[in-house]
Amino acid sequence: MSGDNEDTQTAEDTSVDEKEVQEKVISPEKVEEAKLKSRYPNLGNKPGGSDLLRKRLQKGQKYFDSGDYNMAKAKIKNKQLPTAAPEKTEITGDHIPTPQDLPQRKPSLVASKLAG
Amino acid sequence: MAGPGGDMQWCFSQVKGAIDDDVAEADIISTVEFNHTGELLATGDKGGRVVIFQQEIENKSQPQFRSEYNVYSTFQSHEPEFDYLKSLEIEEKINKIRWLPQKNAAQFLLSTNDKTIKLWKISERDKRPEGYNLKEEDGRYKDPNTITSLRVPVLIPMDLMVEASPRRVFANAHTYHINSISVNSDEETYLSADDLRINLWNLEITDRSFNIVDIKPANMEELTEVITAAEFHPHQCNTFVYSSSKGTIRLCDMRASALCDKHSKLFEEPEDPSNRSFFSEIISSISDVKFSHNGRYMMTRDYLSVKIWDLNMENRPVETHQVHEYLRSKLCSLYENDCIFDKFECCWNGNDSVVMTGSYNNFFRMFDRGQRRDVTLEASRENSKPMQVLKPRKVCAGGKRKKDEISVDSLDFNKKILHTAWHPQDNIIAVATTNNLYIFQDKVN
Repeated sequence: MSGDNEDTQTAEDTSVDEKEVQEKVISPEKVEEAKLKSRYPNLGNKPGGSDLLRKRLQKGQKYFDSGDYNMAKAKIKNKQLPTAAPEKTEITGDHIPTPQDLPQRKPSLVASKLAG
Repeated sequence: MAGPGGDMQWCFSQVKGAIDDDVAEADIISTVEFNHTGELLATGDKGGRVVIFQQEIENKSQPQFRSEYNVYSTFQSHEPEFDYLKSLEIEEKINKIRWLPQKNAAQFLLSTNDKTIKLWKISERDKRPEGYNLKEEDGRYKDPNTITSLRVPVLIPMDLMVEASPRRVFANAHTYHINSISVNSDEETYLSADDLRINLWNLEITDRSFNIVDIKPANMEELTEVITAAEFHPHQCNTFVYSSSKGTIRLCDMRASALCDKHSKLFEEPEDPSNRSFFSEIISSISDVKFSHNGRYMMTRDYLSVKIWDLNMENRPVETHQVHEYLRSKLCSLYENDCIFDKFECCWNGNDSVVMTGSYNNFFRMFDRGQRRDVTLEASRENSKPMQVLKPRKVCAGGKRKKDEISVDSLDFNKKILHTAWHPQDNIIAVATTNNLYIFQDKVN
């Protein structure tokens, strides 16, 4: 923190209470960062790095194995089908995707409303 | 923004799209682009559809009313696909549309989704042949024995029909998601850029493209940045730029080598390391890069600002314009609701004197470079009476809110203006809200 003061301090400021000067130079960004870290203590130290970028590159990835799905359906006939995970992560885990998770993508048959 | 009469005033001209608040995902506008004369205005949406508007011939008797844009053609450009091999859903959303300069009666445009670029020909038909010898008017073939004389078919006028047909499909060249396409000034080639690679195509050849930039690391664990946008220089056919998620822009010269991994120029503004935070890199990511029409400058858009760079100066931009600096103290919640990853575009006016970009709450901003003035305007149905002058808006960052100001906490972050376009010659702008297209023009003095 003490390093921040060097940029803004002038000769006249040396007599000013150091704490006061510190509060002035805490950027709003750093305040926001502290807020975020307090909510998500496990947030990685490389924010712009691999995790975010890899998530971006994997957009659109879906997993569906009809074999797994039919096996799971047979095993849990009397139970409810597992609900879709809200977040699509890299790990497929125990969740067997259902056709409901992968909606049939049909092209828009309706004309654009801009042309209406 | 001062015209011969003084200040420019923006007026509502038209709005296209549905009024209801319930927006279907397919109707979300994903790109807006004027053609080179400004006569045509194309939009692409998340449903893979393209709608083209045409400017009607000016009404000479009423000079204060500029011409209107009406629907000219609409077609389904891309359809959803599923890559079964990679278990990858391919969205039909149109990421970009770029017009080719007109060479003959037909118009051509390139439209792209995440994986495939298509060249569309839009042509007019206003005549049809009549008087065939072997066919009836309804198309049924005549019995040849009944034909006793020959006649020459004639072309007779018919109602104008505008047809769009796909002339080329440029597929299977991108492993990652295409973010940009740019037509070269040579009018023969164009580039397409995805997160890690840029390819060069010839407009005539679809089964081959040249890779000109490849930033994929050998080990994906070492990935630190991705390509966010790319564009060819407007006049120098050998020059293009690409921007990155780390806030840098690289200018490349295709004459230097076949693979332009080594840049000719690197544009980067030095950062004060003591100001660095968790958000620094994310908000420095460049979402759009655009050359000025005169080819001397380029503009970049990052999350909070618009920067103008002189191509001859790499170490810092010549101008920085704050779009919505008041959001700096909201970065935590903007990260949580993913808004911090919104990709805003930017554009120049015809003579490069004014630049424009969008913001939240259906606000958009204009920066007059010469006058050193900026304005915030709003695209909303409330201000949509014919020729209604748009009133400048003001956001109150903190403290006492004045009348007519809106506080940062009242901003609607779901109402984003990501795509805007400026007519190449006139002061006519197209502004896309989520599912509506607004057209504004300056009040002719």
